[in-house]
Amino acid sequence: MAASATGSRDTGPAAAADDRWRWFRGQAFWLVAPALLLLVVCLGLPLAIVTLRSFSEPQWGWQNYVWFFGTPVNLTVLQRTFAISAWVTLVCLIAGYPYAYVMTVVGPKMRLVLILCVLVPFWVSGVVRTLAWVILLQDSGVINSVIRSVGLGPVKLIRTQTGVVIGMAQVLLPFMILPLYSVMKAIDLRLLQAARSLGASPARAFAQVYLPLSLPGVYAGAIIVFILALGFYITPALLGGPRSTMLSTLIQNQVLSLLNWGRGGAMGVVLLIATFVLLALAAPLSRQPHKTGSRR
Amino acid sequence: MASPSTRGAAIDLKSVSKHYGSFIALDEVSLRIEPGEFMTLLGPSGSGKTTTLNIIAGFTEVSSGSLDVGGKSVIGVPAHKRNTGVVFQHYALFPHMTVSRNVAYPLSLRGIANPDREARVRKALDMVKMTDFGHRFPSELSGGQQQRVALARAIVFDPPLLLMDEPLGALDKKLREWLQLEIKRIHRELGTTFVYVTHDQEEALVLSDRIAVFNQGRIEQIGSGRQLYDEPETLFVGKFVGDSTILRGAPSTSGDETAIDIAGRKVTTAKRLPGGAKPAMLLRPEKLSLARRGMGGRDKNTLPGRIGEAIYLGSGSKYEVVLADMSKAIVRSTLDAETFAIGDEVDLIFAGSDVKLLADDDKADLNLT
Repeated sequence: MAASATGSRDTGPAAAADDRWRWFRGQAFWLVAPALLLLVVCLGLPLAIVTLRSFSEPQWGWQNYVWFFGTPVNLTVLQRTFAISAWVTLVCLIAGYPYAYVMTVVGPKMRLVLILCVLVPFWVSGVVRTLAWVILLQDSGVINSVIRSVGLGPVKLIRTQTGVVIGMAQVLLPFMILPLYSVMKAIDLRLLQAARSLGASPARAFAQVYLPLSLPGVYAGAIIVFILALGFYITPALLGGPRSTMLSTLIQNQVLSLLNWGRGGAMGVVLLIATFVLLALAAPLSRQPHKTGSRR
Repeated sequence: MASPSTRGAAIDLKSVSKHYGSFIALDEVSLRIEPGEFMTLLGPSGSGKTTTLNIIAGFTEVSSGSLDVGGKSVIGVPAHKRNTGVVFQHYALFPHMTVSRNVAYPLSLRGIANPDREARVRKALDMVKMTDFGHRFPSELSGGQQQRVALARAIVFDPPLLLMDEPLGALDKKLREWLQLEIKRIHRELGTTFVYVTHDQEEALVLSDRIAVFNQGRIEQIGSGRQLYDEPETLFVGKFVGDSTILRGAPSTSGDETAIDIAGRKVTTAKRLPGGAKPAMLLRPEKLSLARRGMGGRDKNTLPGRIGEAIYLGSGSKYEVVLADMSKAIVRSTLDAETFAIGDEVDLIFAGSDVKLLADDDKADLNLT
């Protein structure tokens, strides 16, 4: 309208506003500069140095990688790291899926309570939380006394893989629940009513309509939890034993105890590359052949 | 009924009530719908029409009363076992399935395999004129197209009963009018019983064999569009269906005659309201005529007024006349009649025999906007 009122000259107020906007968009790049700087200095640079040292210490070459893949215990730990992360992801999914669903159907007050329950652990230091798990899981701890009181023998939880999985799943659960919730709250529950009217039992309506529509959330949550679990250090170090060592503990050992930056760096690079490969494999899964639901 | 088809199911609601805590959504509603009939549940929002539909669909349980579909009680039968097609205002197509898979879904649930399934999907899409859209996803269709697919999905499994909840509510006027005719055609071709919920009285008149007018959880009147327009039984029905002018004032009766005093001028009709209810007069726009002030209609009722709004309709004109008591009358005149401009002083003229005398109740004053 404005352009036609002032004629179609480029010097009209509309054109000027347009120019200003284009200029602003050009400058908008600088808004991300601080974050970018932080990433480059605090993440990119150290990563580059670690990678470099994995090839340069003690001398130039592949020796650290040859050592890593030539030492059976490293491979066992690598495999175990992936296995524990997979278990943690599964436990988080099983616990988080119904929780996230309930968050979408309750009233706003109850939803706030549920969100708080998810987030409160975030506000407690990871070390404190993990030490709490030590108390709960130890042989004479609360969980074992309950198990014993119902007549089942003591179960070894502390310093086992089970203990590590329990502790890590609790820490990582919010990272599963929040992406699930954000996808689920966009699913139109009236679609389930439509499915019922077409002859689907509640179970079938869930399996054929709700579940497929919630899968993007499942993939997102699973990938975040799995990747975070791969690099976990404090929880497995405090709750685990020698049979549940994860790669991060080995790296810490090499770097801080043995001061072998070359080997530690190589381990880190292997973990990083394994993670990227996994992400690349999972990417096609999270791509959906449709756009989001028709909720209005 | 257009065809003697017996494929449609009869529906029989008897004294059905629905309470939510202390709120009464539906109050002792009884309604019988004949096999193959096109029944519209018409009313403002919150009048109980959608609750009634949800009860028939099985989405809502009754608090009391009985519901028979096809001669059998369906109280307690879950929605997925009722074999009832439902079309929703929000389309409710499954976004992760193509159009074909959406329409095939109820067939798959019933264990109908290809090639039969494919043939029936095609037939249903043909019927709604969406044949070439099978491979598309719902997000790639317009609202009208989505609703036609939803309709195909609701009829593909040959339900004896099809429920539609304001299916055209989200569409623009032109598309709505065209789809109304499509729905009418499909009803004729299928012979299925249709129950259609709307708040749009014009839509109800276009589509229905009969209309049930809902207000505040009750049915005010059940009848054909003509019956509701010509013989409204309550003031609410008279106001809700079609344009109307309502005259209210101090009433008086003598013999068989009722008079109402409007700002000092009496209008009369040779009718009486049974019982002691306060009477109001209802007049349809085509029963009213206009003349310049003091220019005729001596043997009829006349009321002085001023033209408040004049709308040219092409086939004639529509006037809003402000009367002495500030109430408004709606008059429709034909092309050859005298025309008036806003502000003209006129007389509103009508015959006492054209007056509908109805009980003036508070319920009728619901805001209908």
